Amino acid sequence: MTDPIQPPPRKDPQKRTRIPVRPPVERSRTGTQLSAFAAEGRFALQRCAACGQLQYPAREACARCLSMSLDWQDVDPVGDVIATTTVRTSTVVYFRERTPWRIGTVSLDAGPSIMCHLHGDCGPGDRVRLINRLDKAGHAALLALPLKDTAHMEDDELLRELTCDPKYRRVLITNGRSELGQALAKALSDAGASIVFVGEAESWRPYPGQEALRAIPKVEVLPMDVTDTDSLTELSGEIGGKVDILINNARYVRPGGIMDRHDVNFARDEMDVNYLGLMRLAQTFGPAMRARGADGVNSATAWVNLLSVYALSNLPQFGTFAASNAAALSLSQCLRAEMRSGGVRVLNVFSGPTEDAWHQPLPPPKVAPAALARAVVSALKDGLEEAYVGDVAKDLIDRWRASPKVLEREMTEPDGGA
Amino acid sequence: MTKTNRMAYDGVVAVCPTTVPYVRYSKESAHWWIARALGDALGAAGLASRDLDGFSVSSFTLAPDTAVGLVQHLGLTPRWLDHIPMGGASGVVALRRAARAVQCGDADVIACVAGDANHVDSFRRMLSSFSRFAQDASYPYGSGGPNACFALLTDHYMRRYGAERADFGRICVAQRNNALAFPHAIMKKPLTLDEYLAARPISDPIALFDCVMPVAGAEAFLVMREADARAAGLPAVHVLSTIERHNAFPDDPIQMRGGWAMDVDELYAMAGVKPAQIDFVETYDDYPVICMMQFEDLGFCAKGEAASFVRSHTLEADSTFAHNTSGGQLSVGQAGAAGGYLGLVEGLRQLTGQALGIQVPNAATGLVSGFGMINFDRGLCSGAAILATARSASLSVDSAPA
Repeated sequence: MTDPIQPPPRKDPQKRTRIPVRPPVERSRTGTQLSAFAAEGRFALQRCAACGQLQYPAREACARCLSMSLDWQDVDPVGDVIATTTVRTSTVVYFRERTPWRIGTVSLDAGPSIMCHLHGDCGPGDRVRLINRLDKAGHAALLALPLKDTAHMEDDELLRELTCDPKYRRVLITNGRSELGQALAKALSDAGASIVFVGEAESWRPYPGQEALRAIPKVEVLPMDVTDTDSLTELSGEIGGKVDILINNARYVRPGGIMDRHDVNFARDEMDVNYLGLMRLAQTFGPAMRARGADGVNSATAWVNLLSVYALSNLPQFGTFAASNAAALSLSQCLRAEMRSGGVRVLNVFSGPTEDAWHQPLPPPKVAPAALARAVVSALKDGLEEAYVGDVAKDLIDRWRASPKVLEREMTEPDGGA
Repeated sequence: MTKTNRMAYDGVVAVCPTTVPYVRYSKESAHWWIARALGDALGAAGLASRDLDGFSVSSFTLAPDTAVGLVQHLGLTPRWLDHIPMGGASGVVALRRAARAVQCGDADVIACVAGDANHVDSFRRMLSSFSRFAQDASYPYGSGGPNACFALLTDHYMRRYGAERADFGRICVAQRNNALAFPHAIMKKPLTLDEYLAARPISDPIALFDCVMPVAGAEAFLVMREADARAAGLPAVHVLSTIERHNAFPDDPIQMRGGWAMDVDELYAMAGVKPAQIDFVETYDDYPVICMMQFEDLGFCAKGEAASFVRSHTLEADSTFAHNTSGGQLSVGQAGAAGGYLGLVEGLRQLTGQALGIQVPNAATGLVSGFGMINFDRGLCSGAAILATARSASLSVDSAPA
C-alpha cells in the first residue's frame, strides 16, 4: 500500500519556490508518436503490418522482417517485472531533485521488454500493467502499476508527478452561472480539491443554482468576468499564487452561420468570450501557474479548456460558434507551448452539444453537465492532454482522424452527416 | 573441436602498446589526446608520421570531426582509414580489421588509436545524446545513464543465478590490488571487500565501486608486418584468433549473455588453444557483472556459475586466474573509447614482457575481450581476441590440433 499524502501545510512566504525543471525532452519523431498516445492515455506499441511483430522502442522498419509497413496498436499492457533498480544519482537536475527514483524492466506478455517507471507498490517478480502518461516534459512516460488496485495507490508520488490529480489542490472554475460550472464545482469538490474558487460574473443578477453552488463544500464564489481584464487582474492578484488547476468553461454560444445574419455582433461576442477570454485568463493567471509547476504536493498542474468538438470541423448550424472554438483550440496550443517549461499541462476537453437552452433544437445524444464534469475529473486524474466526452465527440474525432476532408463534406449536409 | 574456415592472421603483429596517462578532468580536446597517443606510439617504433599509411580511430568526443577531419588535423596521408564507434569493443575490432588490411597489403603500418576528452559536464552531455533508443526509451527514465541500465542487468543476474554483491566485490578488490602496482591508475588507494560492500549506493544493486570513473586519456598500438617489426627490433604479438558480433540474442528479455556465446567455439578453434591454456584474461569491465558474463560466455565456467568461479579463484595478476592485470577500467578509469583499448594494450604489454605493473609470470597466450554500446537496454557490440607472443605463436600454431 501507499502512504496516504497529507494536506500540505500553509506555505512559508519566506521560502523559495522550487523552480520547475524538466526531464529530458529529446525524442525521435517516430518515438514522439508514443507521446501523442500518452496525451490520450493510450498504451500502444508499433506493430509490423507484414509479420505482426510488436516492437519497442519505435523504429523505422520491422526488426524481424524489415518491412516498412508499421502501424500502432493498442496492446494488452500486462507483464512481469524482471528487474528493478533505485536510481540514487542522476545526471539530470529534474531527477536529481527527486531521487530515489525507482525504475524496472517489464517483460510484456505481448513480447517486448520495456524499461519503465515503477509505482511504489510494484516490485521484482510482480505482475503489473503499464500505463502511458505524459511526463513534465510533455513526452510519453511508461509507468508500471500493480495489477490490482492497492490502498491509496493514487497518492504515489511518481503517479502524481505524471498526472494532475485534484486531491489537495486548489481549483479555479470560471463560470459559476452555468449549469456546467456548477457541476464542475461539485465534481472537483468531490474529488478532494482543497479549495474550489468559482468565478461569477454580474453577481447582482440572480441565476438558477446560485444558492446550491455556495452550499458545496470547499467552494468560494468570487467576482470574475473573462471579458473584463481589470476583473481578472484584480482576482489574479488575490488568488493567482494559489491556483493549481484552472478550468475555463466560459462560453458564449448563439446558433447561426454567416448569411443568415446581417452583422458580426454575435460572432464578436463569441470571440470575446471563447477566444479572447482564454487569452485574458492566460495572461493574468498563466505566469504564476507556470512558475509554480514544481511547488510540492499542491503544485500548479493543469489548465483545462472546455471546447466544442466542432472546433475540429465546422458545424454550419453553429458556424461562428465553431469558428470561435477553432480559434480557442489554436490558442490552446500556443498556451501549451508556453506552459510546457513549467510542466503545467494544458488539457482540452472536447464535447458535442450539451444539454442546455442554446442546443435545444439539436437531436440527441447530448452531454449532460454532470457527465462532462465527471469526465474532466477523470481526465485530470489520468493526466491527459486531450479528452473527447460523449458519443458525438468520440464519433467526430474518429471521423476526423480517418479523413478531415471527408468529414468536412459530411458536416456541410443539413443533418451534419449523422 | 569446432572446425573453422577462417584464415589465420599470419605474418602480422601488433606492437608498441601506448598509454597517455589518464587525468580525471582535462581542458584538452580529443584531438590532443589522440595526437599525443599517435606520436608516442610512432616514437616507440622509431617511425615518423609520413611512414604511416593506415589509421584507425575511436572516440566519443571528436565531434564535429571524424577520422577524416583528424587526418588533416594531424597531417597524415593514409591510404587506409577507419573510424570505429563501438565503445568497449573498439580495441578488438580495430585490431582485427587492421591485421587483415596489413596481411592483405592494403596498408603497411596502421596506427590504432582511441582517446577521449573529459571536460566538466561532458559526460552528462554525451549521455543525453548517446543513441536514438536511449533518447526515446531509457534516458527519460531517471537519466541514470549506463549505471541504471547495468543495475537492471545486475539485479536480474543476481536473482536468476544467485550471485551476491560480495562476488562482484571480489572482482573489484582484485583489480584494485592489480592497479596499486600500475602507475597510470587513477585509483591509488587499496580497497577492501568491506569498503566495497559499504560504499554509497548509486543505482541499486550497483554501488560506487561497481562504477568506472570517467577520465580523459588515450591508448594506442601499431599493426605491421612481422618482418618489419623484427627488422626494427620491436617486441611483437601475434593475433591467433578474433571474433566480433553485434546485437546477439535480441530476443532475450534482458541481457544475460553477450555475443561471445555465439562465437566462442570458433574463437578457440581458430587459435588452436583451450581456455585452460590461456595465461591471462583481460575482460571489458564497465561493471563487474559484465566480467562474470565474459567468464561464462568465453568458456571459463558454465552459464550462471561465474559467482562460484570467482569464489574459487584469486583474480590478481599473479594468481590462479590472472584477470584485468592493470586494474581494468574499474581502477584505472574509463577514458571514453580508450576504455575499449585498455585491456588490449595491457595484453600487448604482458605478452611482450613490458608490464608497467604486475607481470603475469611466463605470459605467452592471453585473451582480450571487448563489449560496447548500451544503445537502449543492453550492450550491443562484443568481440574477443586470443593473442600470443611472437616467438611462442609460431610454436602454438605448429602444434595446434588439426
